[in-house]
Amino acid sequence: MSEYFSNIKTGVTTIATGMAITFRHFLNAVRRKGDAGIDDADYFRQVDGLVTLQYPREAIPTPAVGRYRLYNDIDDCIGCLQCERACPVECIAIETIKVTSDDLAVCGKTSKGQQKRMWVPVFDIDVAKCMTCGICTSVCPTECLVHTPVSDFSEFDVRNMIYHFGNLSRMEAEAKRRKLAEQQAAAAKEKEAKAAAEPAAEDRTEA
Amino acid sequence: MSPLPFLNTWSEALSGLTIKGFPLGLFIVAAVPLVFIALYALTYGVYGERKISAFMQDRLGPMEVGKWGILQTLADILKLLQKEDIVPTVADKFLFVIGPGILFVGSFLAFAVLPFGPAFIGADLNVGLFYAIGIVAIEVVGILAAGWGSNNKWSLYGAVRSVAQIVSYEIPASIALLCGAMMAGTLSMQGINVLQSGPYGFVHFFLFQSPVAWLPFLIYFIASLAEVNRAPFDIPEAESELVAGYFTEYTGMKFAVIFLAEYGSMFMVAAVLSVVFLGGWNSPLPNIGPVTLNNWTSGPAWGAFWIIMKGFFFIFVQMWLRWTLPRLRVDQLMYLCWKVLTPFAFIGFVLTAVWEIYMR
Repeated sequence: MSEYFSNIKTGVTTIATGMAITFRHFLNAVRRKGDAGIDDADYFRQVDGLVTLQYPREAIPTPAVGRYRLYNDIDDCIGCLQCERACPVECIAIETIKVTSDDLAVCGKTSKGQQKRMWVPVFDIDVAKCMTCGICTSVCPTECLVHTPVSDFSEFDVRNMIYHFGNLSRMEAEAKRRKLAEQQAAAAKEKEAKAAAEPAAEDRTEA
Repeated sequence: MSPLPFLNTWSEALSGLTIKGFPLGLFIVAAVPLVFIALYALTYGVYGERKISAFMQDRLGPMEVGKWGILQTLADILKLLQKEDIVPTVADKFLFVIGPGILFVGSFLAFAVLPFGPAFIGADLNVGLFYAIGIVAIEVVGILAAGWGSNNKWSLYGAVRSVAQIVSYEIPASIALLCGAMMAGTLSMQGINVLQSGPYGFVHFFLFQSPVAWLPFLIYFIASLAEVNRAPFDIPEAESELVAGYFTEYTGMKFAVIFLAEYGSMFMVAAVLSVVFLGGWNSPLPNIGPVTLNNWTSGPAWGAFWIIMKGFFFIFVQMWLRWTLPRLRVDQLMYLCWKVLTPFAFIGFVLTAVWEIYMR
C-alpha cells in the first residue's frame, strides 16, 4: 500500500517537474540561443532560447579556411593529370592537348613562372561525387586546385553538379588538336626523310 | 442569486427567427458552434498547437507561409482538399465512410448544451451535463467503425485501444462531474453557471467553494485527456507504434473531419471542466469596493469571452502536457484508471457529499 502512494507521489512530482521544464522553455521562446562559438567562454552557458536557424536566410558562416567545394584556377593548371589519378572517387575528368612549340608563348606561364605545356580543354569536376578528401589538392604541383569555403551548392538538375573548368572552347580545342597533329605529322615526315637520307650517306662513305 | 436578465436571450431570439416559415434561426443556432469549432481548430488548434509545441522544444514552428507562418493552416487545408479521397478496396465501405461522420457528429452534438456566454446556448436542457457526458460516448462508435472498417491491423488496434480507454475513463470522469453536479444541485449547464456567479468573481467558483473540489477537478481533467485521446493517453494514435491508429487509412477531407472532431472534443471537455468547476462564463474578477471589476466584465459578450478563454486555457494545458509527458503503456493506462482515478473519484464523491450535507 505504501508503494501505491509513493507511486502516486512520484507521478505527481515528476509531472510537475516536467511541466515546469517545458514551461520554462516555452517562456524562453522569445529569444534566440546565442551564437557564441566553441572557442567562446560562454559556449556552454547559452542553453536558453530557440535553436532553429532559418537556413537559407540565415546561416552560420563556414570557416574562411573551410574545405568544401573544389575550385580549379585553370590559368595555373599545367594539365599534369595528377589530381585525376589521385582522386579516390574518380570525380575529376581531364583532357589535355600538347602545346605546339610555336604556341608556347600563347599558352603562357603559371603565376609562379612555370611554362605551361598542355592545353586543358576539359577539366570537369563532379562535385556531387566529390567527398572533399583533399587528396587532389595535396598532389597538385601548382596549387591551382583548392577547396573553397562554399558549402551550399545544391542544384535541381544533377547534371549541373558537374563543374567545367576547361578554358578552351570545343572549336578552339579542335584547332589545337589539328595543329598538333599536323606538327606531329610534319615532324614524323621530317624524321622519316632524315632516316631515309642517313643510310644513303653511309652508303656513300663506304663506297 | 437573482435570475440574470439576459439569460438565454440571444439563442431564444434566434430560434424564434423564421423567414416565410423556414426556421432560419434554428440553423444559425446550430451553425454558431460549428463555425466556432472550424475557426478555433484552424487557428488555435492546428497553428497554435504547432507553435506551442515548437516553442516548448526550442524550435520556431511553421515560419514559411505568411508572416510567422500564420497562413500555414490554410496551406494545409488546400493540400487536404486536393488530396485524393481513397477508400481502400478491402475496407468495409459503409463503416469506413460513416466512421468520421459519427465521430464528428458525436463531438458536435455535445456543443448543443455548451453555453457560449449567458445569452447563448443551443439547448438549455435540464439534464445538460448528463447529455454532454452521454452524447460524447457516441464517438466510441465512430472510432470503432473507422478502425474496423479500415480492415487494417493498426487501425483495428487503435480502435480497440481507444474504445477500452474511453469506456474505462468515462467512469472516473462521470463521478468527478457528479461532484460538481452535487454542489450545484442541477444538471442544467446554465443552472450550474448561474449558481457560480456572484460579486466576488472566482470565489464563487465551485473549485473554491469546497475544500475537496480540487480532487474531482483534477480527476476530470486527467480523465478528459483520455477521453479525447490526447497525450499522454494517445495510445489509440500512438504514431510510433500504430502509424496513426484508427485513422491510418484516412486521407483528404475524411482525415480533416476526424481532426476537426478531435479538436471539437478537446474544446468540449475543456469547456465542461470550466463550466462545472470554474464558473463557465462568469468573470473571475471580483468586485473590490468601488472598483466593480466583476460587474464591468460581465454580460453576454463578456460571458462568451470568458468561457472561450477558459476553454483555451485548458486546451493550452492539454498541449503543454502533450509536449511534456511520454505516452502511457496500455496496462499503465488501465492501472491509472481503475486503481488510481476511480477510487479517488469515489473518495472525492463521498467527501463532497459529506461537505454538501453537513458542512455547508
